[in-house]
Amino acid sequence: MQYEAGNFDVVVVGAGHAGVEAALAAARMGAKTAVITINLDMVAFMPCNPSIGGPAKGIVVREIDALGGEMGRNIDKTYIQMRMLNTGKGPAVRALRAQADKFDYQHEMKKTLENEKNLTMVQGMVERLIVEDGECRGVVTMTGAAYRSKTVVITTGTYLRGEIILGELKYSSGPNNQQPSIKLSEHLEELGFDLVRFKTGTPPRVHSDTIDYEKTEIQPGDDVHRAFSYETTKYITDQLPCWLTYTNERTHQLIDENLHRSPMYSGMIKGTGPRYCPSIEDKVVRFNDKPRHQIFLEPEGRNTQEVYVQGLSTSLPEDVQQRILQTIPGLEKVQMMRAGYAIEYDAVVPTQLWPTLETKKVKNLYTAGQINGTSGYEEAAGQGLMAGINAGRRALGKEEVIFSRADAYIGVLIDDLVTKGTNEPYRLLTSRAEYRLLLRHDNADLRLTDRGYELGLIPEERYQKFLAKKEAVEAEKERLRSIIIKPSAGVQELIRSMGGSELKDGIRASDLLKRPEVSYEHIKQLVPADVELDFDTAEQTEIQIKYEGYIEKSLQQVERLKKMEDKKIPENIDYDAISSLATEARQKLKDVRPLTLAQASRISGVNPADISILLVYLEQGRIARISSN
Amino acid sequence: MEFDTIAAISTPMGEGAIAIVRLSGDQAFEIADRLFKGMGSKKLTEVASHTIHYGHLIDPKSGQVAEEVMVSVMRGPKTFTKEDVVEINCHGGLVSVNRVLQLVLNQGARLAEPGEFTKRAFLNGRIDLSQAEAVIDLIRAKTDRAMNLALGQMEGRLSRLIQKLRQEILEILAHVEVNIDYPEYDDVEEMTHNMLLEKAKYVQGELEKLLQTSQQGKILREGLSTVIVGRPNVGKSSLLNSLVHENKAIVTDIPGTTRDVIEEYVNVRGVPLRLLDTAGIRETEDIVERIGVERSRQVLKEADLILLVLNYSDELSEEDRNIFKAVEGMDVIVIVNKTDLPQKIDLDEVRELGKDYSLVTTSLLEDKGVDELEEAISSLFFSGAIESGDLTYVSNSRHIALLNQAVNSIEEAINGVEMGTPIDIVQIDLTRSWELLGEIIGESVHESLIDQLFSQFCLGK
Ligand SMILES: Cc1cc2nc3c(=O)[nH]c(=O)nc-3n(C[C@H](O)[C@H](O)[C@H](O)COP(=O)(O)OP(=O)(O)OC[C@H]3O[C@@H](n4cnc5c(N)ncnc54)[C@H](O)[C@@H]3O)c2cc1C
Ligand SMILES: Nc1nc2c(ncn2[C@@H]2O[C@H](COP(=O)(O)OP(=O)(O)OP(=O)(O)O)[C@@H](O)[C@H]2O)c(=O)[nH]1
Ligand SMILES: [Mg+2]
Repeated sequence: MQYEAGNFDVVVVGAGHAGVEAALAAARMGAKTAVITINLDMVAFMPCNPSIGGPAKGIVVREIDALGGEMGRNIDKTYIQMRMLNTGKGPAVRALRAQADKFDYQHEMKKTLENEKNLTMVQGMVERLIVEDGECRGVVTMTGAAYRSKTVVITTGTYLRGEIILGELKYSSGPNNQQPSIKLSEHLEELGFDLVRFKTGTPPRVHSDTIDYEKTEIQPGDDVHRAFSYETTKYITDQLPCWLTYTNERTHQLIDENLHRSPMYSGMIKGTGPRYCPSIEDKVVRFNDKPRHQIFLEPEGRNTQEVYVQGLSTSLPEDVQQRILQTIPGLEKVQMMRAGYAIEYDAVVPTQLWPTLETKKVKNLYTAGQINGTSGYEEAAGQGLMAGINAGRRALGKEEVIFSRADAYIGVLIDDLVTKGTNEPYRLLTSRAEYRLLLRHDNADLRLTDRGYELGLIPEERYQKFLAKKEAVEAEKERLRSIIIKPSAGVQELIRSMGGSELKDGIRASDLLKRPEVSYEHIKQLVPADVELDFDTAEQTEIQIKYEGYIEKSLQQVERLKKMEDKKIPENIDYDAISSLATEARQKLKDVRPLTLAQASRISGVNPADISILLVYLEQGRIARISSN
Repeated sequence: MEFDTIAAISTPMGEGAIAIVRLSGDQAFEIADRLFKGMGSKKLTEVASHTIHYGHLIDPKSGQVAEEVMVSVMRGPKTFTKEDVVEINCHGGLVSVNRVLQLVLNQGARLAEPGEFTKRAFLNGRIDLSQAEAVIDLIRAKTDRAMNLALGQMEGRLSRLIQKLRQEILEILAHVEVNIDYPEYDDVEEMTHNMLLEKAKYVQGELEKLLQTSQQGKILREGLSTVIVGRPNVGKSSLLNSLVHENKAIVTDIPGTTRDVIEEYVNVRGVPLRLLDTAGIRETEDIVERIGVERSRQVLKEADLILLVLNYSDELSEEDRNIFKAVEGMDVIVIVNKTDLPQKIDLDEVRELGKDYSLVTTSLLEDKGVDELEEAISSLFFSGAIESGDLTYVSNSRHIALLNQAVNSIEEAINGVEMGTPIDIVQIDLTRSWELLGEIIGESVHESLIDQLFSQFCLGK
């Protein structure tokens, strides 16, 4: 009952946040692409918080946008509020976050996919892969449809052998009562992949009309225009607020009394959950000295009354959840529409992947998103984009693309996954990036647009605009470096007014800008440019000048490491032949099979002596080759 | 050129002779130039290759003359490493050569890893292929040995102190990170410039103190760790006293006098020793003594050199034989003491048991045989039989260099704060100092910051 359903360059399994980016990227690069997903009504569905961005994650969205991905554009069309976070801090950690209308978000995304010309969308449950001679050549669905392709990207999220747990209840299911993906999980095991069991959870949703907002604090969006995408020119002006309230002693007591009914403590849940989003029962147990925890009430969209109760993720029984909600100010009479739950699922141990996200076991097979042990829409989308790019390029006979830790948060994310693996659902944090001053929100375009353009993902017009901006920044930097500001009375007056100490001598405009109390706005008043700069260009100029010293320091670090990044390790290296390697290091190297010396040095258990030895061997190989030629 | 510039002491340590600090890499000349003041006006970057120059090293911090030196300048590729090489010849004393090394490290040279000059020579094609294996083994052996030594030294007070300071920094870091990654959590107080300044200054102060003591040679003092072992009452403490020429250890005729390890520093004919007198090893019921005996066995494991003391006027006992077994494979000198008393020991058997070791007979009471012992120690050292001495020494310099760098990073962080630089940027320098301290005690795992974050604060949806 198997039948031929078509031939493609790339098949993407799943249309979640990873799948849509993968499919769009491959199609836009010119690969004939199919995306197959269980339920076409659930494209880019947000099973958890209706929000995109935040520290580190928001920067990933900017990177996706600079590479021609969709997430940024899509949220810009569908947000209900947007805020810039960390504005009081340095430029490296500023991050944008949007509350999404989660339904609009899905519909917009689906529309974009439907209108993409190289892309075919079909509903179907993939049950196995077509693997011949160690290569993946397509997929077969539950209905027997065989889709043949040159490469396959799997992005099945939390669906693999998913099980929902709600109090004493446990049943087989994908997120939000979707059909779970069981056969595919078994098939991956048959192919020899190591899987781990992870867990995550979501809070209850409540009816907006039953909330007493008077008892909560309002959290409005920013009143300036914000956007994730460098392309966006239209802004949504009628933003919706979120609301803040708190748990209290009564909440905690109630949780305490019902702990024995929590699957976390009864031992029903075996999967490893993430530390960064503990359930409320976890928080109460682990931090029992805290008198209260924050609860944010976030609307799920404009055309719905459902409100997401952030901070109250839980897998306690339904009746307990309702009672817990009612202990919270503003929620005394609240009606719970959906209960929170925990979900357990299979993930692929990510050290089984190359940094291109291709699996080491099966050629031409890629995995991306939560299936690789991550958590979060942005993490999924970033991987999806990279897997789509690489699967597409492989199908088109082009070279693969890898970003380094100094290029992008996406590079940090993927390098961490494939080099170190993870023993809990992995989330990006700014502290995971060693060069975060280089990986900023504001310069994502400068870092990546060239690459996106080369890949064929950035249209010509946008690219020209980008080049013009880049030039304008350079020109303005040059101008400020060449102008000397003299200590005239007017200048001193202005400097006093902004709380700085007076000039003793003439000073370069760029040096004055380096003073902490001086901003580009001030400089502009002292020495206006011929043509007024737009906001982005001005901001970029300011940051590059102001933090020049620190940026330089980071660049030097990158430069130092680059020598190691450039030392490639041949794929066919035989670690067993290198007798001097320590046993643990050898095992780790054989597992991870790093592509460069730098990657090798990041594997835990591989110490500097092993790296030296490896270096000597690599050089020896080089010398041997040269002398035999 | 491919690599950064490295430096190390390239002569065995001893007194009287001349010692050489060698620099290799593309910055070698520049670094030397920043320190060197010769007779003429030429800079080292300008002089002919393969020439030697007399002059002084000036400490840029104080502007004072630090050392009188001869500097040889050799331009690559006609050098051992094929890189630019500078050799600074200075007075052979420990203090001088250490100071020279510190100066070049402070100017940006990196302390060479064991075997690194050889490695570079190989990588730059100076040594041929057939020698590659040997190089690799060298790297492995030396690195492992250096690691063990570094760890050995690190036990105790110093490593605890560094760990404490690291934890201190880690908490600041975690706090800053939480502010960044969870900007809306109002139950985490925002880290302010003042809070940061106070903590950074505290850490800075502690590190400075540590550096001072290390420079006085109290904590990171270099020396071969030399352990005196033997049964109770054979004269171990007496031996320590004769070697240091002072009565440091209590000597009585009651067996079991020494209850814990006693530590003294002494320079024996140019060989720096960290002498450890131990409790006599024997089975005992006395709790305090038993702890002492346990400690003795422990120190034994970390020793570079063993002075095994026997009693001339007593028969070899089972305990003596056990001690021989315990020190098997180590560098040992056997001392048969109390020759002023009638002989009861079977010297042939001693020679048989210690056939790989030198043997010295002494009467510490009459001050006989001490010269021979000193001779035995120094010849063992300079013949190269003990190779770990310079490693101990190197790892000390390494610690000091790392400590210096850590202090510099903290200072930069403090400057940043005082300038009003945003905290998350200042944090780059804080993180650096945390990593540097980690290198001293051999841990620099990034993951621990994230662990700290989630254990210290209550976060999440
Ligand atoms: C209950 C819950 C709570 C969460 N909480 C958080 C959180 O607190 N913080 C956070 O950052 N993230 C959270 N997430 C994770 C976030 O939703 C995911 O990380 C993100 O959606 C993953 O994207 P993805 O593309 O990998 O997978 P998904 O978005 O899950 O998409 C998977 C897609 O694959 C399709 N699919 C699956 N199997 C097959 C098959 N065999 N054949 C065809 N199609 C298939 C599905 O239909 C779906 O379209 C939570 C998720 C859930 C379910
Ligand atoms: N006759 C003689 N007595 C000696 C000699 N050396 C040490 N003694 C004596 O032996 C006794 C023990 O000497 P210590 O140096 O205390 O011996 P120890 O090995 O440290 O003993 P414990 O600490 O008890 O294990 C003292 O009374 C010393 O004076 C020697 O060469 N000849
Ligand atoms: Mg004694």
